[in-house]
Parts: sequence; structure tokens; C-alpha cells
Amino acid sequence: MERRQFLLGSAVLVPTWGFGLARADDDQPTPEWDQLREQLFSGRPIATDGPALPILEAPARAADAATVPLALRSPFDQSASRYVKTLFLVIDRNPTPLAAIFHFTPESGRAEVETRVRVEQYTFVRAIAELNDGSLHLASSFVKAAGGCSAPAGKDPAAAAANLGQLRLRAEAALEEGPRRARLMIRHPNTSGLAMDQLTRFYAKPHFVRELNILYRGQPVLKAELTFAISENPDFSFRFLPGSGGELEARVVDTENLSFTSRVQVGGTGGG
Amino acid sequence: MPLSGSTYVGLLSANLPSRWLSVRRSWRGLAAFAKAAFALAGLAVFGAVHAQTTAPLPVAEVAPGVFVHQGRHEENSVDNAGDIANIGFVVGERCVAVVDSGGTPAIGRALLAAIRQRTALPVCYVVNTHMHPDHVLGNAAFVDPAGSVRFVGSIRLPAALSARTAVYQSAISLSTGEPCACTGGEGSEAAALEARPVPPDLLVDGEMSLDLGGRALHLRSWPTAHTDNDLTVFDEATATLWLGDLLFEERIPVVDGSLRGWLAVLGELRTLPARHVVPGHGALDLRWPDALVPMERYLNGLVVEVRTALRARKSLAETVDAADPAQLTGWKLAEEYHRRNVTAAYVELEWED
Repeated sequence: MERRQFLLGSAVLVPTWGFGLARADDDQPTPEWDQLREQLFSGRPIATDGPALPILEAPARAADAATVPLALRSPFDQSASRYVKTLFLVIDRNPTPLAAIFHFTPESGRAEVETRVRVEQYTFVRAIAELNDGSLHLASSFVKAAGGCSAPAGKDPAAAAANLGQLRLRAEAALEEGPRRARLMIRHPNTSGLAMDQLTRFYAKPHFVRELNILYRGQPVLKAELTFAISENPDFSFRFLPGSGGELEARVVDTENLSFTSRVQVGGTGGG
Repeated sequence: MPLSGSTYVGLLSANLPSRWLSVRRSWRGLAAFAKAAFALAGLAVFGAVHAQTTAPLPVAEVAPGVFVHQGRHEENSVDNAGDIANIGFVVGERCVAVVDSGGTPAIGRALLAAIRQRTALPVCYVVNTHMHPDHVLGNAAFVDPAGSVRFVGSIRLPAALSARTAVYQSAISLSTGEPCACTGGEGSEAAALEARPVPPDLLVDGEMSLDLGGRALHLRSWPTAHTDNDLTVFDEATATLWLGDLLFEERIPVVDGSLRGWLAVLGELRTLPARHVVPGHGALDLRWPDALVPMERYLNGLVVEVRTALRARKSLAETVDAADPAQLTGWKLAEEYHRRNVTAAYVELEWED
């Protein structure tokens, strides 16, 4: 499938594959984005050019609108003097355009999240990075949702309910120096509450993971505020600095205030 | 260093409740399928005025008293009016059972016209093999004010339909914001109402038999496979097995339930003593159980492809990128559905081991 990475701001379109800097002219403002931008950032300038723009990876056409893989990456490693404080994920034409907010610290190593979202129609997806100096940087990508009967409903609600709350937390093997990849998988239906019961005519209560905290050796690495725009069985890949080793911990809370925790021991950079 | 306390928590969460109120209107992002269904339903409502003159759907008598119309291997469109699934009926001595009703009320009415060409007996059952619109949205054509028609489906069908009805109904408001060329404005509300799936009132949990008068249909609900509400229909008199979308032929299968579950169900299906089989999509003269082989091969291929990617630590995006529908010779609509199947397989199989 065709995938695109955009760093925006130039009129010149340079199609590149891999990690080149692609520039696109399809960063059209939309009414949804104009409104949300005002609510979130009230008139603050947002850069759409320059070396601090986040990298947003999204499929040009989603194979399954209920499970669209996205990656938001900072182009530079975190340091005490310069780091990405927050990454905002916006999906203009979803019912909740502000899909997720990810907070980082210098100890995050690199501000980076891979996850999967529900995209309900053709829409811009946006990643906005807020740096520690308060500056804002925007990357946008247009996603054509494949649609189909995949939409918001789960494939097997009974199985989803039965497995709710299972976590799987893994740190990837240390293949390189620096920030290491880790991944958290969460069994959760992450339901939107958009389905109406035909008999009662009531809408089901939404039930989704609303908060995620990742700690390493007790220190925060990633904190996320989430909505049901995240797909069923929420899945997050991120980075952290393993140092000499320690315990990685994930704490998850859903809208019913059910909380789930998982911990894993991680070896140091050199030691495995 | 502490994480920045969220200045935005209020916006993010407070955003939600107020949005529930308008969610039906704001959920404009509808699956193309639902849009198409509504567009087609709009035509159907328009056509209802002319119901008396509805042309009968062509059907083949695949076994004595068993009639099937073969749908086209296409996406839903105005041109095909949702006629993309195999639908039909079985005639007993007392009454008629419909098995799947088509993708629009118009197709349902055309099926009813075909029944009327063959018999004057009343329709007593409409059986839905699963939730997908191309199999259920024709139900409206068979609703009888006297309530003498029973709608029959898996015990999990009502919930599955409910979950998707919201999507269909949201299309109503969509059509006000983005008028659908086919519904013609004011007709869209009525079209939407008619396109609302008619849910089953007789539920099958395991096995059930229906008596058509001297003719028994044995129904069986299955664990999650193509969907979580698959139902098969076995006509005892002719040993005809209606498989719904548990069997695709020529049109690429769609995994909307469980890949491993489906393969397990196929293993059981193959032992059933059928003389004739009716797939949800595909030809009507298939050899049994050989007819299962191409689909099993495709589904097993998905398992292998995705497990290999998972072992190599490929991400979902990488795995979907690497999928190549063009290699799937022999399957129609592979370009439209293969990557989606890879996605479904990935999110199911990644929890293995």
C-alpha cells in the first residue's frame, strides 16, 4: 500500500519513499481544524515548515477504516534543553476530532508513538508537536478511509468483552544505542457508544481506554489521554531510554475507571 | 521531570459529553457501504410505488423446490441495486422460506416477485445467514402487517445489526449535509427508515428446525467465523446446504469475524453430507466439499503471510504495505478486500503465542 510521510509548508511536492522529507500542498485548512485549532491553541502560531516538524506516517488509503495504522515521530531525540512536550493527534472529520494527546519528557528518549485509529471518512489527520519552548509544529496527511461494513462495530464483541483488560508489554531487543522501542498491547473493545440498541432505542455507553501512563524505573516516559478514536485493542509503540536496565511499567485506565497494570524487566543498553 | 499536567484534559474529555448529543449528526464519516445502501434504498422507496410491476429476479432451481438467484461480483452500486449476494427460497407444502433477502428492499421485492411466479403459498420465514447488508436489507420487502412472517437469524444477529444500524441511520443526516444524488432530497428520510434492517424475531442458538409443511429446514448457528452471527440452512428433502458467506466462490472472502474461527468452522462444514451447496457469493453448481478448497487455501495463506510478518516483527503498516492483491489470481475484488483481510488477520493473530 502506498504510504506517505509529510513535512509540510512548501509548495514543492517532492515525492519520496522511506525517510526522506516529502512536502505536500494538500494541507488544506478545514472548518473542523480551524475550530479545533482555535480551541486548543487560541491564535498561537503553528509552524508548517522547518526542522522541528513531526513526522506523520499514515496510509493514503486505509485498508480497514476501523484499524488505520499511524505513526507520529519527532525528528530529533529528546534532550533536557530541547524536547517535544506534547504530541496532539487530530482527525478532522471524526466525531471527536481531537483523538489523542501524548505527553513526553526528556527521559522519553524520542517523542514517538505508533498506534491505530478509526477513521470514519476521507479526512486530514494531523500531528501537532508542542516543544518545551512553547513552539508548535504541524504535519498533516490526507487519509482516504476504505469504508465498508468495517466501520465502528467490533468483529466479535463477546470475545472482546471476555478478554478486556489483558495487557502485553514488551521492550524490543537492543539493536542500537539510544532510545529503545517498546510496545503496549491492550485488550479492550474501546467502544464509541455510537451504536443504538434497536429495542431500547438507547445508545450504548461508550467504554474506552482514556488514560495511559508508561513509567520506567518509576519515572514517567509517556502519558496519553485517549478517546474511542483509538481502535479496538489499543496498541502503542513508543521509545524509552533503557540506561543500565530497570522496570518498565504500563498503567491503563478506562472510562469505567477500571485500571490495568503490566510490568516488565528490561536489560541495559549494552548488557541485553 | 514530571509530565506536563494536561492543560488540555478538560477540552479532550469535556469535549465528549456534549458531543454525544450531536453525535448522530456529527458522525458524518460513514462507510461507503452504508452510503451506498441508503442511496439504493432511496431508489427502492421510489420504486415502491411501482411495486406491483416489480420485475421478478431471475432464479435457478438448484434442487427440487430450491430456488437461488446468483448475485454479481461487484461492490454495491446504483447500477446493481445491491444485487451482489446469492439469495433465494425454499418451497414447502404449506409455505415458503426465504434465505437472505438482498441488498435493498427493491431486490427483496424482486425476489418476492420471483416467488409469486413459482407459487401462491405464503412466505412464512425469512432467514438471514448473517448481518451483512447485501443479505439483510431486502427484509423490508417481506414484512407482513399481520405479523405472519417470522424473521430468523443467529442469536447474535440482533446485536450485530444494532451495532451497525447506527451507522446506517447516521447516513440520513449525512444526506442532508451532503445530499445523495440517488435519494432525491426529501425521499431520503423515508428511504433511511426503510433501509433500517428488519431484525430477527426468531433466534437460533445452536440448532433449530423450521417446518414448511412436509419439508424441514435445519438451521445451525456457528461460532465466530466469517462474522460472529453466521447461520447455515440445510434442506433435508434435497440435502441442499445454504452456507451464506461461510463459503465464497470467485469473489474474495472477507474476514469480518475470526480467521482462525472460520478455518475451524470450515473443518466441521466439510463433514456435512450435502448434495447441493449454495455459497453466499459464487456459482451454484459447486462440488462438495471440494468447493471449500480455494477458500481454505486463501485463508490459510493469510495465516501464513501474517504469522511470518509477525515473527519478523513487521508492524501492521509494514505488513499491509507488503500485501499484494495482484498475486491473488482467481479472486475477484482482491484489490478492494485483500489488504483489509490482512489487517483483520494481523490484529487477530498478533495476540497468539
